[in-house]
Amino acid sequence: MATLDAALDREVPVAAAERRRPGLGALFWLAVAWIAIVLLLALAADLLPLASPFKLTLDARRASPSAQHLFGTDALGRDILSRLIHGARISLAVGFTAPLLGTVVGTVLGVLAGYFRGRFETLAIAATDVLLAFPPLVLALAIIAYLGASVVNLIIVLGILTIPAVTRVARATTLSLREREFVIAARALGASHARILRREILPNVLVPLGAFFLLLAAVTIIAEGILSYLGLGVPPPAPSWGSMIAEGRDSLAVAPHVAFIPAAAMFLTVISINLIGDTLRASIDPRRSAL
Amino acid sequence: MLGFVGRRLLYLIPVVLAVTVLTFFIASLLPGDLAVTMLGDQATPEAVAALHKKLGLDLPLWQQYLHWLGGALSGDFGTSQRTGETVLHAIAGRLPVSLELMVIAELGGLLIGVPLAILCAVRAGSELDRVASAAAFGTLSVPPFLLAILLIFLFAVQLNWLPATGYVPLSEDILGNLRAMALPGLTLALLEWPAIMRILRSDMISTLQENYIAMAKAKGLSQRRILLVHALKPSSLTLVTIVGLNIGRLIGGALLVETIFALPGVGRLLVEAIFLRDFIILQGGVVLVAIGFVVVNFAVDLLYAALDPRIRHGHA
Repeated sequence: MATLDAALDREVPVAAAERRRPGLGALFWLAVAWIAIVLLLALAADLLPLASPFKLTLDARRASPSAQHLFGTDALGRDILSRLIHGARISLAVGFTAPLLGTVVGTVLGVLAGYFRGRFETLAIAATDVLLAFPPLVLALAIIAYLGASVVNLIIVLGILTIPAVTRVARATTLSLREREFVIAARALGASHARILRREILPNVLVPLGAFFLLLAAVTIIAEGILSYLGLGVPPPAPSWGSMIAEGRDSLAVAPHVAFIPAAAMFLTVISINLIGDTLRASIDPRRSAL
Repeated sequence: MLGFVGRRLLYLIPVVLAVTVLTFFIASLLPGDLAVTMLGDQATPEAVAALHKKLGLDLPLWQQYLHWLGGALSGDFGTSQRTGETVLHAIAGRLPVSLELMVIAELGGLLIGVPLAILCAVRAGSELDRVASAAAFGTLSVPPFLLAILLIFLFAVQLNWLPATGYVPLSEDILGNLRAMALPGLTLALLEWPAIMRILRSDMISTLQENYIAMAKAKGLSQRRILLVHALKPSSLTLVTIVGLNIGRLIGGALLVETIFALPGVGRLLVEAIFLRDFIILQGGVVLVAIGFVVVNFAVDLLYAALDPRIRHGHA
């Protein structure tokens, strides 16, 4: 009994430390709320009483925020709030679908490579090395220049760029899982490879990949912004946060809000996704990293 | 050690070859006909066909590739049909700009990140640590172009201290050059420091819990000496990798920052090549940049193995 009591005593500070982190909790829910708001607005963009994102009002160019235009107007007199909300559709659609594509392909490659090892593993790892050796933005620009800029093509290109990282994470996790007792037990019981992969390996690989997916989503939203900023995103006049910032750059001296409002929206979205991902990662990882 | 080097080198050859194949085919997929671009829209089909033959564009793609690879192996990456400049010459002209930018970015990132990491590691959990860690986390979420326009707005538009765009060669005017590189360099440095700080901080915190640090304290060594001599070196293994990866990445030029600040670096050369359909420059440029990346990574692997003997004996 004495040893058990001692063990219980030692547990207490850990539990107390966990309860003593209210700051993270509040921020986490703020982040979730922001993403939910952006998501809802983006989904309901056509139902909301918004000005048209394309309508030019040339007598009200670069207008400051007012009752008529809550966030003001851009250099062509288009309503910034409306463009912001319509642009959120593209940012979020690309930001979440592209990493999903990369995660599906990368997980399959990584799990098979880590489980079966051998020549397939060498080949898969070499393939990720080849992809990683390319300057990623140049690769994206070249492929977009070939395929043409559209939401689907952006998703394909940015999805491909996330494959190598996912493959490596999935392979590393699988490598450590395949020697674990429950996998060896399943094998000893005569389970087929397909069953072991599906029932034992995959569920355990998907947990860390879930948090990693959010990190990739944040990076992808920025990458889509960069492509749009460089003029290879969704073609104009369709609004996208990156192209709005690029257009606003020319009026930086007279009307900084034109560039900074979409930039702030992108920053808040990216940091929210990172915060959610970081909190999830910390709660998954029992070792409680020092970070 | 020699076996390790050999294994890594042997592995690099197929990787680089695959990069060349992929680059070649992606570049050849780009829309537009080089001959038509060169001759103009009014060219007769016969003239286009003749030029195709002259440039080797009538051959099957794999023959074109082998032809190009043969040239590349003997150091001839081709000549831009648009400007008449060889790829090597074009890259060599742009490389100093990108390298200078890279040096400023890494030095700046280390200058902010390393002292902060040490301070935070010593007082882990303190107010300073919390603020600095939160700042690092926030900075990691800032889109690079937001940082760039923020700095332009602050230092070029509001304060009017520094130019927003333009480039002055180092050889012409050292001060003008530094002024032109200040904002792009600062942008990149501000993007680099969070990763540097976070990695070094967490490695240093675990190093400071080692027995030999307690031993050094017991011997009565000064805190400065313990931190800078005993703790920093063993904590900087991961840091070496991070900085190495950054250098490898920035060797290809900082495409976005070079474009925003109108700097004639390698990144911008490649973007222009894409927009102007200059396949030869694109192919040669991407392959050279990729080789640079692979070689820097190789060097980091070696450095890492030299610093930590355990890696040499594991499977590479």
